[in-house]
Amino acid sequence: MDGNQISMLKKIMEIEFTCIDLNLYLDTHPEDQKALQDYNYYSNQLSMLKQQYEQFYGPLMVFGHSQSQYPWKWVDDPWPWEIEY
Amino acid sequence: MWVYEKKLQYPAKVCKPDVKMAKYLIAQYGGPDGELAAALRYQTQRFVMPTGKAKAVLTDIATEELAHLEIIATLVFKLLKGVPVEILKREGLGEYYTEHDRGLFYADTTGMLWTAAYIQAKGDAIADLHEDMAAEEKARATYEHLINLTDDPCVKDTLRFLREREIVHFQRFGETLVQVREYMESKKFF
Repeated sequence: MDGNQISMLKKIMEIEFTCIDLNLYLDTHPEDQKALQDYNYYSNQLSMLKQQYEQFYGPLMVFGHSQSQYPWKWVDDPWPWEIEY
Repeated sequence: MWVYEKKLQYPAKVCKPDVKMAKYLIAQYGGPDGELAAALRYQTQRFVMPTGKAKAVLTDIATEELAHLEIIATLVFKLLKGVPVEILKREGLGEYYTEHDRGLFYADTTGMLWTAAYIQAKGDAIADLHEDMAAEEKARATYEHLINLTDDPCVKDTLRFLREREIVHFQRFGETLVQVREYMESKKFF
């Protein structure tokens, strides 16, 4: 696994974590407009980052959420627990 | 439904293999206050929550706990990677190796298997949310014990992340409890 793939993956983790934390906050504060703006902003960042990553390294999600190049790249190693971060 | 993402929530690293730490960490995989218990507890309690907000909190925290389950599994997997059988035996994993080799299984640090008796779903939002808050505090305490048991800075780093998440979940459950109480009060007619 090349260094670029690891650094893209870490960036995705970082932005997705921001989204998760804002998501849980919004669940109990659905009328906080500032938090919602932040959530929407980072959610947009996240989809751009994921799209870039998937073009090079294959789908992060299946069940129709992402497309794959030929041959079906979902089955490619390494899986998340095998990566040396 | 649920969809898997082919990534960890946090880049879980270990600096070196450590059989003893793997044995302790399994507590958070299949132990009473571990991530499996947490994920399954919230997932099944959500069906009778009275408000949309409470259903969202339980659904989303249950989902995050599954991501934590995968992080714990990754740490255990990496801590045992390439360790010879002789060392597994010497460090107290002989029994575990007999049944599971270096595979992951839902047991606690003493080998006790995971059981649904660890969790409750009372069908009562107030009772269940109290259990959830206690569960988060117990998981926080377990993470603190685990942090004290290792000198591996990589493992400590990931455990600190997981500990912090328990604190955030406790906070969200606390807010949910207040909101559910208010909702129930507003539904009373005299």
